[in-house]
Amino acid sequence: MSRIKAYFDRLKEEGRGALLPYLEAFDPDRETSLALLRQMPEAGADLIEVGVPFSDPSADGPTIQLAARRGLKAGATLKGTLELIQDFRKENDHTPIILMGYYNPIDSYGAERFCKDARSAGVDGLIVVDLPPEESEELAPHARAEGLDMITLTAPTTPDDRLKTILRKASGFVYHVSITGITGTRSATEEQLKAAMTRLRTATDLPVVAGFGISTPEQARTASRISDGAVVASAIIKEMAATYDEHGHATARSIPTALEKIRSLAKAVRE
Amino acid sequence: MPADTSITSQLNSLRTGPDERGHFGVHGGRFVAETLMPLMLELEQAYNETRTDPQFQEELDYYLRHYVGRPSPLWHARRLSETLGGAQIYLKREELNHTGSHKLNNVMGQILLARRMGKTRIVAETGAGQHGVATATVCALFGLDCEIYMGATDVERQKPNVFRMHLLGAKVHPVTAGAGTLKDAMNEAMRDWVANVENTYFLVGTVAGPHPYPAMVRDFQSIIGTEAREQIQEQTGRLPDAVVAAIGGGSNAMGIFHPFLDDADVPLYGVEAAGLGLDSGKTAASIARGRPGVLHGNRTYLLQDEHGQITEAHSISAGLDYPGIGPEHSWLKDIGRVNYVSATDDQALEAFQTLTRLEGIIPALESAHAVAHAIVLAPTMTKDQTIIVNLSGRGDKDVPTVAAHLGVKL
Repeated sequence: MSRIKAYFDRLKEEGRGALLPYLEAFDPDRETSLALLRQMPEAGADLIEVGVPFSDPSADGPTIQLAARRGLKAGATLKGTLELIQDFRKENDHTPIILMGYYNPIDSYGAERFCKDARSAGVDGLIVVDLPPEESEELAPHARAEGLDMITLTAPTTPDDRLKTILRKASGFVYHVSITGITGTRSATEEQLKAAMTRLRTATDLPVVAGFGISTPEQARTASRISDGAVVASAIIKEMAATYDEHGHATARSIPTALEKIRSLAKAVRE
Repeated sequence: MPADTSITSQLNSLRTGPDERGHFGVHGGRFVAETLMPLMLELEQAYNETRTDPQFQEELDYYLRHYVGRPSPLWHARRLSETLGGAQIYLKREELNHTGSHKLNNVMGQILLARRMGKTRIVAETGAGQHGVATATVCALFGLDCEIYMGATDVERQKPNVFRMHLLGAKVHPVTAGAGTLKDAMNEAMRDWVANVENTYFLVGTVAGPHPYPAMVRDFQSIIGTEAREQIQEQTGRLPDAVVAAIGGGSNAMGIFHPFLDDADVPLYGVEAAGLGLDSGKTAASIARGRPGVLHGNRTYLLQDEHGQITEAHSISAGLDYPGIGPEHSWLKDIGRVNYVSATDDQALEAFQTLTRLEGIIPALESAHAVAHAIVLAPTMTKDQTIIVNLSGRGDKDVPTVAAHLGVKL
């Protein structure tokens, strides 16, 4: 059984939703992001999304754009990100890792070779922001062959009939983009999220997590109760980035600040 | 010439693309986030309905004739031709359109579509500012809110156009991400659109982006080639021996090439901006120095590093300063129908001055790249042969840039 399915099954028994914090690989350097990644599960991360820095993150807001730029400056590549996860797996075999990014670095790496390498590095799922189901045939068969879940994204703009079509092939879990907008900007209301979940539940039996615009512990608690999990990205990165020095380098406060934020979010989803 | 509609000719035609999912060969497609995907499908449907609607075509024709100023003339550039001593050069005068470039052809088509779709707010990206000015113009004409995204570097080097957009009532957002050029402006316009999908129409200025934009923009720009093809036959009694156009994203080139694609004996030349030189690392020649990848919603030739990160393009011309190219061009390159060549910053500057002195026409730096290739090509041809050069824009906006390069203080 995949790590993702095993984890959600266990959460179901516990009767709570998941916390999915996001980390941008190599932000602001390889060592810091690896150290943070290693300590995230203990701080309460259930599943972890690892962002692959891309030069043109057109679905991301300013916070993740800057994180991607710092990551690239520190030498991040897709290969380097896979090696980071491989190092993480030396100490952790149970926390599901979902790689999130844009398609061009994968295309450049070669879809088939990438899926093989991602699998052996210990990646469990893939979220490719700009690869809708209509274009996913060049990646999906290789992902399936390696047992990697291709996480399907849904949005408030997705009509019901389209939901049914695109979720038919979904695996792992479903990532609901809860607002029409970019990461780290506005937030969905409780009502909007509830309405979306009603639509989603009729279209899939997979766990559904909500992301985009979830920043406070209260929002994470609400989202993880209405759905099956809350993704928090920009809010963590923003607080951590505030601890960097004037050159954008990590300081002694950087990792503790990020972990503190994750702890407060984890506590909220467990209350 | 009557259109040949037999099944065989349609099967052999190069003008039937893209396929129903927006692919031109391996290029094109619809690589967008799910939030935008339903919008792309809605836009495609709306466009398919309007393109076959005679009433829409009638409305568009009205505005093209009385507002844009079409048809644009085809000018026999005698002094330039004589000086070069080879083929006769004809200039397709798109710089005479209202707002000074070919951009208004596409903008007029899309704004009428946006109105039909009930959209009240328009966002657009711009490089040199020509597309931004064209968009701001039609928004003023129809009373729509207009937000223009423009790289901060371009805002600096295209000040006259920025001020024109302000005068027209548009809000210009300088984009500081990346190198602050067209690709960054495109990212930011997409972010705005995804956040305001309900009332907003994204008015793409070139033949790139997710399907149906490349096909739609090409269709609206094809009037250039349709007119030029008739005009050259009226003036010379036959088809041209070459057609030359500059390429950034590639809309003026696609517009003039498309009606000639099935004229197998007419060589087509797309001129990329080589910048400081193809191997200088400071170039915008995506076909010559790029490889296929995925950016801004389509698969196409892109300037990128070995890890798939998009690299910065460079050209003296802000309108060509883009690391990609429209997907139909990429396909035409793959099948060998169009010859993709390049001209450097210096060649463009030289051509800019030559055309100005010999014909009294100040070309945009973008169009000067096409003129530069014609200057190379014409002497290799005979005096009874003809070349059509798409003069896509006028150069008034570039006067400060050219002055600076020539060491003149204005």
